[in-house]
Amino acid sequence: MQKIEELMRVKAAALLQDGTADCVLAWRKGEFPYDHATAVFHTNEELQELTYDCFCPANLAKYLIQTSRAGKKAAVFLKPCDTYGVNQLLKDHRIRRDLVHAIGTPCGGMLDIRKIRAAGCRGILAIEDRGDDVVVTCAGGTVTLHKADVLLRKCLACKGNDYKIADEEIGTKQAVPQAPADRFAEVEAIEAMTPEARFAFWQQELSRCIRCNTCRDVCPACSCEQCIFDHPGSGADGKAYADASQEAMFHVIRAFHVAGRCTGCGECGRVCPEGIRLDLLNGKFAKDINTYFGPYQPGEDAETAAPQFTFRPGDPDPDTVTQNDDRRDDHA
Amino acid sequence: MQKIGVFVCWCGSNIAATVDVARVVAAAKGIPGVAFAADYKYMCSEQGQQLIADSVRQYGLNRIVVCSCSPRMHEKTFRACAERCGVNPYQVEIANIREQCAWILKDKEQATRKAIALMKAAVAKVQLDTPLQPGESTVVKRALVIGGGIAGIETALDIADAGYKVDIVEKEPSIGGKMAQLDKTFPTLDCSACILTPKMVDAAQHPNIRIFTYSEVEEVRGFVGQFEVDIRKKARSVKADICSGCGICTTKCPSRKADSEFDAGLRKRGAIYIPFAQAIPKVPVIDRAHCLKFQTGKCGVCSLVCPNKAIDYTQQDEIVTEQYGAIVLATGFDLLDLKHFGDLGWGRSKDIITSLQLERLTNAGGPTEGHLVCPSTGRQPKKVVIVSCVGSRDTSGRGKTYCSKICCMYNAKHAMYIREKYPDTDVTVFYIDVRTPGKGFDEFQRRAVEEYGVHYIRGLVGKVDVHKDGTLHLTASDLNSGRQLEMEPDLIVLAAAVTASPDARKIAGLVTASIDNDGFYVEAHPKLRPVESPTAGIFLSGMCQGPKDIPETVSQAGAAAVKAIGLLSKDKLLTNPCTARCNEAVCSGCQSCVKVCPYGAIEAVEKTVITLEGKKEQRSVAVVNEALCQGCGACTVACPSGAMDLKGFSNQEIMAEVDALCW
Repeated sequence: MQKIEELMRVKAAALLQDGTADCVLAWRKGEFPYDHATAVFHTNEELQELTYDCFCPANLAKYLIQTSRAGKKAAVFLKPCDTYGVNQLLKDHRIRRDLVHAIGTPCGGMLDIRKIRAAGCRGILAIEDRGDDVVVTCAGGTVTLHKADVLLRKCLACKGNDYKIADEEIGTKQAVPQAPADRFAEVEAIEAMTPEARFAFWQQELSRCIRCNTCRDVCPACSCEQCIFDHPGSGADGKAYADASQEAMFHVIRAFHVAGRCTGCGECGRVCPEGIRLDLLNGKFAKDINTYFGPYQPGEDAETAAPQFTFRPGDPDPDTVTQNDDRRDDHA
Repeated sequence: MQKIGVFVCWCGSNIAATVDVARVVAAAKGIPGVAFAADYKYMCSEQGQQLIADSVRQYGLNRIVVCSCSPRMHEKTFRACAERCGVNPYQVEIANIREQCAWILKDKEQATRKAIALMKAAVAKVQLDTPLQPGESTVVKRALVIGGGIAGIETALDIADAGYKVDIVEKEPSIGGKMAQLDKTFPTLDCSACILTPKMVDAAQHPNIRIFTYSEVEEVRGFVGQFEVDIRKKARSVKADICSGCGICTTKCPSRKADSEFDAGLRKRGAIYIPFAQAIPKVPVIDRAHCLKFQTGKCGVCSLVCPNKAIDYTQQDEIVTEQYGAIVLATGFDLLDLKHFGDLGWGRSKDIITSLQLERLTNAGGPTEGHLVCPSTGRQPKKVVIVSCVGSRDTSGRGKTYCSKICCMYNAKHAMYIREKYPDTDVTVFYIDVRTPGKGFDEFQRRAVEEYGVHYIRGLVGKVDVHKDGTLHLTASDLNSGRQLEMEPDLIVLAAAVTASPDARKIAGLVTASIDNDGFYVEAHPKLRPVESPTAGIFLSGMCQGPKDIPETVSQAGAAAVKAIGLLSKDKLLTNPCTARCNEAVCSGCQSCVKVCPYGAIEAVEKTVITLEGKKEQRSVAVVNEALCQGCGACTVACPSGAMDLKGFSNQEIMAEVDALCW
């Protein structure tokens, strides 16, 4: 990882130097080895802070909206899964292709500090990724963990190591950390619940929401000029809610809003301070789109229109969907 | 200040018998902003409209709510009334308390409560209605008729005679449709070809008519007055401008495996063929699926024998794009596929045929030159059984629930044909009921029984067995005498149900016309607008709207033509002012609306926008072309940011209605 970080610094410096980029989007060292932040770099001096290791899960794609808006050329380091977000933003006409220099950056899976702590690590001083294993240096000694056990949830269903958009690639591609899990297995488990159990599950999840809006702010599909939840004229603004159903509505509305544009990056679920499984809510929509309209992966490319925006003679009627749901509920 | 008038209609007893209209009026009077409320027996009548006009004058009303029938029925009436007394017609709301309330509820208390709720929703919406002004659009003076059977031909001739240009698009290689296959027509028994073929010639030679045969409508864009249609001219593999129609190619073609569609499968045809002798145009077409040249690369006989070198194996489908002001659907009908009628012997003997096949067997132009024979032996049948209602009035699920309407008459016709030509052949008709309303129809059927000695037996055919030697054994019940019957007919004719053409569904999708569960086009109003589709500028002609005989088809074809002419005769149409509007401050320029707009009315334009913070900013936003927008609202739901809204149906207005219903 040390080596790739060095390559990135050199590459970024060169791109700033030759005018390919006015700024570079990457990650900056955090106070602790596991809390790196996203950052915009303009100078060689700033680039000394650039870092990249298995604690850089954040997707930088959404920052391109601001750089594009400002007419700035931005070089951006993109992990394979981040490239979907860039394509989706291009498709939504939110960023300008000519102002984006995409650099494919290898990823061997990002780690979940909560899982590492749960494995008993305290006073963490350093964490080293050794491929299959992770060596954690703690104040009290060294712990070796199996990497697959401490991967972020979103990395368990890794979409692969291909870059869907890249002007150039850096370093060597890494293998997918483990055989990817079925992305929709958990969604299916929820579908199989009785309506009452399902309602209780979501009630339990969504009622924990504190309306911090982090899920929305991190989402590459959430890029409105003004969110209706911030817009005083929308009738839906304000955060102090009277009852739990309003919190649920916030998330249900958002899931509808991003349906067909959600790339399944899982950032919403990762950043939620309450650990709400928002990825499952969006996953249900993605699964239904695949079921009823054929396979569709948002962000796979920057051109193909989502099924909601195309009308074909063979499209299912709304009653097909209802009938299917009824049948499923009958089973349950 | 808002002064709303609420007018509650009794609709005679249609509404008043189920809804306590006085309570609806009383409830309306209690709503802030309502300055006047009244009920009247027939609000749409002259006196009712006068009541509205007088109230507007007396109370200074500027918004009107009418609680009455569906807006489909009388929204236009009340908007015109409002306009006459100085109220903007788009500040009129209709609360449908008839179809959506009185007609579907029995309990008066429940119906009254619902009527009050619907009235409140309409009042909530009318308060937010803004005055709108319609624009104008032009009308292309040309009509498109889809389907070249008798319905399409008749409609096209009527439109053309009125001085307007018409194009006919027919998917088969010739116009003429099903009527061209018939032998004689009831109730006068005149020869079908003798009355149809001159019409075909008239259409072909009319200076205002163009005919696209072997062609299909591929795509339809635009709207009433300005449709833009892509027509696929399928490759005939024959150069129509050089071909003389001599037909040598069709006689020399060595491929003889394809069933003749025109002869209902009773004869084989070549891979290159002219469907029938009187075809228009008389230009053959190569059926590439059966052509040896296309399938194996070896042959080319037709090309060798053609004296004019008209064969062109390299011909490609061609797409032509044309503009039309009106579209008439005349896609005709088909017969039910009898695959589920194995109990009647279907598919097990060549001597069990459909009525259409019988038409071909008695037709002088048919495969037997008009000699009625059993297809298996080639011998004249001595006993013929005709079975009615095969798949019609069927509740078992294998057929259609409706009456096909024409079978009783053609069964009598067929029985008469046979008895006339072959007096020694016995004909028995099994029926559930004989339905023969129509001018001269019942007399016609009685003649079959009384003069021609046709046996009519009220009863159902239970089953048909086919013996090893090919003979048929039929078991039936005679309901009048209660006896079980056993018969050994030589020929069985099944009167298969009429069904909508399978293409109707596809075309309905292209022009956004509505179809019913059976695939027939739905009319705008079953009584008052029977030849119009609910979609503006789309008209219905013939069987595509429902089963009907030739006289009815021709009358409807004329009626559809008149409606189309009425549209084409206008220079300008008033456009619907309920168009989409983009809130540029909120629009993020994602172009989702551009993708879904069926009219191409939205484009992304780089322009200076005032942001929500009041700053000026240069960026790309959606801009609606109001002349093209038809107000379908697709963009308003596609817009992820809620920037698109529909004038007259804004999100705010809809929410106000919902709120009024909920609280």
